Amino acid sequence: MLSYTEKIREIAGRLLQSGAVEMVIGFRAGTVPMMNEPHFAKTPADVQKLVWDSHCGINLANYLTDRKEKIGVLAKGCDSRNIVTHIIENKIKREQLVIIGVPCKGMVDKRKIAMKAETEITEVIEAETTITAKGHGFSKTFEKKDVLQHNCSLCIHRNPVIHDEMVAPPVVEQQGVDRYADVRSIAAMTPEQRWKYFEDLLAPCIRCYACRNACPLCYCPTCFVDESRPQWVGKSLDPSDVRTFHFLRAYHCAGRCTDCGACERACPVGINMRTFTKKLEQDCLDLFGWEVGLDPEVRPPLDVYRPQDPNDFIK
Amino acid sequence: MEHMGIEPGRLQFSWISSAESTKFVEVVTQVTAAIKALGPNSNFAKKMAEVA
Ligand code: SF4
Ligand code: SF4
Repeated sequence: MLSYTEKIREIAGRLLQSGAVEMVIGFRAGTVPMMNEPHFAKTPADVQKLVWDSHCGINLANYLTDRKEKIGVLAKGCDSRNIVTHIIENKIKREQLVIIGVPCKGMVDKRKIAMKAETEITEVIEAETTITAKGHGFSKTFEKKDVLQHNCSLCIHRNPVIHDEMVAPPVVEQQGVDRYADVRSIAAMTPEQRWKYFEDLLAPCIRCYACRNACPLCYCPTCFVDESRPQWVGKSLDPSDVRTFHFLRAYHCAGRCTDCGACERACPVGINMRTFTKKLEQDCLDLFGWEVGLDPEVRPPLDVYRPQDPNDFIK
Repeated sequence: MEHMGIEPGRLQFSWISSAESTKFVEVVTQVTAAIKALGPNSNFAKKMAEVA
């Protein structure tokens, strides 16, 4: 995956020079280790800043919403599925995009590494399958597969589903992944235990809305949480307000969430809010046979009626 | 809803045409009885602010 950087710069340089696109959206190194940030390359000098490694977990589809220019965009498997969703939802036109596909082997979860580090991590060096974190007086090497983001370890669409260019040949998709073990463990609880489980899960939430902002699906001009006339949900940190926010946020992602993990990655207090969206994802798969963002020509289950749609819950 | 701990039966759905007044009455009676049996739901009730 490390050899991608050069290829990405080559493609980006070529696209910009030929005038095929006005900018290329990718990643540049962040100011602290393991925190790559989105990069909008418009000049040859910008292109040289583009990088690729295991810290490119942000979902770049988020930066395409309502853009008018021609854009080259890097896309991992999940980004590409969110791009498809954007196209379906008229948030960008396919003709505006040159999609540069990046076969992905999973992104590293910085929290998993930071938890095992004795001091602040000041440097991270990556090899093909390992990653070494260094700080003052310590150095530790991890197998990448042990420190992947949870969603990446469960991913079955690592290769981009649409692309115009590819930076490398496709990677082998993971087989036989049990994607819904966590949903099942919640299903095994009583209603009281479930309520308590989510109460504890959400207790640290500070309502910063970083999860919402990182998500490519959340593009409404005014989010329901920010509206005040009418005010749909209380703005306090009372557990019922926090719960209402999370619950509605998740519902707005039903049949649209690609499990890209950008929300969890962005959360400053490490809440695993995918626990909500994964249930909806599983329901969409079980009830409608739907996997998000695989084909721009197919309408999502929540926006079409099919006679065989399950409706046993309506009395 | 049930995934995050709302009791089964707390939330109910019905499809009733404006012409089906009898069905409307039946459903309302049934739902009211079912919800009464579940008792009050305090999950979303806000507690008074705790002040020292
Ligand atoms: S809800 Fe989270 S996992 Fe789902 S698409 Fe949005 S950012 Fe990605
Ligand atoms: S990013 Fe985390 S703390 Fe911020 S609103 Fe979302 S869950 Fe709460």
